[in-house]
Amino acid sequence: MSLILSEEQEFLRDTVREFVQENAPVTALRALRDSQDPDGFSRELWKEMAELGWVGAALPEDLGGAGLGFAELGIVLEECGRTLAASPYLSTAVLGASALELAGTDAQKKELIPEICSGERVWALAFQEGGQFAPFECATVAESAGDGFRLSGEKLFVLDGHVADTLIVTARSAGGSSDREGIRLFLVDPKAAGVEITRTLMVDSRNAARIRFDAVEVDRSAALGQVGTGAATLDAVLDRAAICLSAEMLGSTQEVFERTLQYLKDRQQFGKPIGSFQALKHRAANLFCEVELSKSIVLDALRALDEGRPGLSLIASSCKARCSDTFVLAANEGVQMFGGIGMTDEEEVGLFLKRAKVAAHCFGDGAYHRNRFAALSGY
Amino acid sequence: MSDLDAFRTETREWLEENAPALIRQPIRGDEDTVWGGRNAVYDHPDQKLWLERMGAKGWTCPTWPKEYGGGGLSAEESRVLAEELARLGCRPALFSFGITMLGPVLIEFASEEQKRRFLPPIARGEIRWCQGYSEPGAGSDLAGLQTRAVLDGDEYVVNGQKVWTSYADLSDWIFCLVRTDPDAPKHDGISFLLFDMASSGVEAAPIQLISGSSPFCQTFFQDVRVPKDQLIGKVRGGWTIAKRLLQHERSMISQLGTGGGPRAEGLPELGRRYLGGTEGEPLPDPLIRDRISQFGMDRLCFGATTRRSVDAAKAGRGAGAETSMFKYYGTEMNKRRTELAVEIAGAQGLGWEGEGFSDAEVGLTRGWLRSKGNSIEGGTSEIQLNVIAKRVLGLPD
Repeated sequence: MSLILSEEQEFLRDTVREFVQENAPVTALRALRDSQDPDGFSRELWKEMAELGWVGAALPEDLGGAGLGFAELGIVLEECGRTLAASPYLSTAVLGASALELAGTDAQKKELIPEICSGERVWALAFQEGGQFAPFECATVAESAGDGFRLSGEKLFVLDGHVADTLIVTARSAGGSSDREGIRLFLVDPKAAGVEITRTLMVDSRNAARIRFDAVEVDRSAALGQVGTGAATLDAVLDRAAICLSAEMLGSTQEVFERTLQYLKDRQQFGKPIGSFQALKHRAANLFCEVELSKSIVLDALRALDEGRPGLSLIASSCKARCSDTFVLAANEGVQMFGGIGMTDEEEVGLFLKRAKVAAHCFGDGAYHRNRFAALSGY
Repeated sequence: MSDLDAFRTETREWLEENAPALIRQPIRGDEDTVWGGRNAVYDHPDQKLWLERMGAKGWTCPTWPKEYGGGGLSAEESRVLAEELARLGCRPALFSFGITMLGPVLIEFASEEQKRRFLPPIARGEIRWCQGYSEPGAGSDLAGLQTRAVLDGDEYVVNGQKVWTSYADLSDWIFCLVRTDPDAPKHDGISFLLFDMASSGVEAAPIQLISGSSPFCQTFFQDVRVPKDQLIGKVRGGWTIAKRLLQHERSMISQLGTGGGPRAEGLPELGRRYLGGTEGEPLPDPLIRDRISQFGMDRLCFGATTRRSVDAAKAGRGAGAETSMFKYYGTEMNKRRTELAVEIAGAQGLGWEGEGFSDAEVGLTRGWLRSKGNSIEGGTSEIQLNVIAKRVLGLPD
């Protein structure tokens, strides 16, 4: 597949861009933050995005999706990244939908995926337990209880955890807390007895929650996927998530870089634009190269998902590591080059910095993915 | 079967039949690279045979028009040829600055007569070319060059000095930037001249580098007489050609950059050999391992960027200044790779020659030193960043 956009894809990009700039500019995130909005996103906007076919972009038409691919889904996320648009896109359209698609039975898919595409239900995947991203460190247990299971444990940094209509929870039915084997996925109703959800306010003003499961009873049909496949499913879901979040980060990175460039051209000191100084020019030019490489690997990774290319995990890790590091670099350079004004809450560049650090951590930062890349490569 | 599939089948059959067995072996060292020219050196007769066969097909320069000695292939056919060559592990038939740098600008700027005269011998590897660009006083400020060419009847008389002329002592002809108008603003007084290195008044002296090899020369011109029909393009129009040629040169250097060459042992393999540990388990040094991994990922990203640029060019969206990005990033990556390789090998990567070091280990040392030049030759990294800042980002002067 070509690494440049087709005419149809360009049209989609322009349409999404116009919609997002109009309906979810950076000021919208600020308003959600300042009003302490209980949902942390606009339900109305989410519904509209669903109606436009963007939530189910990569899902099959017979399940209510648009039948496009990850290349198109990536375009939507990239544009959302440009304005730091808050929505349950990652938690629902990527994590929830992928888990169902990869591990669900036909009946589960038929019942649950259309409700994702239509924007009716918000999903959340609860897997992380410690401050470090270590998806296979799982102390949450699922004991057999009667005809079903009893879940106990605690999860944190659950994206959209406090607004989710359904939770997917990793818990182990066998093995020690660091074993990949023994992990299973369970569908849990957030209103079930024993589920205690606490919203956590993150620095990027996006949704996350801490969730305790205290002997939560679920029945047998709540298990998602066969015994022994949990870790592989989680791996595949997180590869998708890493690539899709990278697309979002790419949009944010380009935006903060372009804003910084504009500032370098506008801001006058010593009687000329600060962008005429070589000390800043070279940093901007170097950053341009880093951003271009990010763009290439995101486009390639999205296409690798669509093609089902072998070695996908290596590409996913390369993509997430690079986009994390580049976004953080671009945001840091942005704040520095904006100077004093970049330190103020009023200037939006700071919001990009805050998002950069959270997004870099989410689904594994550069160091995590370099370690994973090396392990997958046999060294 | 599509035309392209038919071409692939034909190509595969031809290569199976015509690529000698030796040519399918990986390149071990300089003795395995063929530069052609009047005094061509072949380590083995199969190298000569391979060059003659590929030259006769025009496949040393597959996309050049047939009338100029090229293969007349489309971009797609050329890609198929490259894939089929790679499938058999064939060595390039010819390394040539004529092909990578001079040919493309001749096709764009030379007269019909000049094209017919100069291009076919390049394609067949009969004439080896060198590049007369840098001067002692004109490095990054290339347009400040002082070598003079004064018209005297039907000939230019050339006087001056070039430096960093790659393989000038082994080359047959030179493409040379000369000042034909000393009174014009510096960029406007330059012309692009071709002449025979065997001309009276030309002298080349190799310069020994920190790596111990001497690929570059100082080149002196004293009253060298050059027929005026060997000037390419317009008189005083040389800077435009010079810049275009630099783009081709930068592409060439940046592609050396990421260590994909057949000679380069991968960093993970080096790590396993010198750091030990169990096969399949993490290397014992976590910091080195992290850097190897970083390089592996950057290489994937750089590769994807190269492919994206090819796709963009196919769609007619190529941008010239992008070559500066490839040149900058590719050469900086290559320096990072050689630096890391030497560190992985420890003391074994720091031997100069003789007892106690394998050829490959000495190669690591020498390669590390040689790579320092990658971000200087063909325009320094700092010059590339200037080009990007100005032409791509539009930052003010």
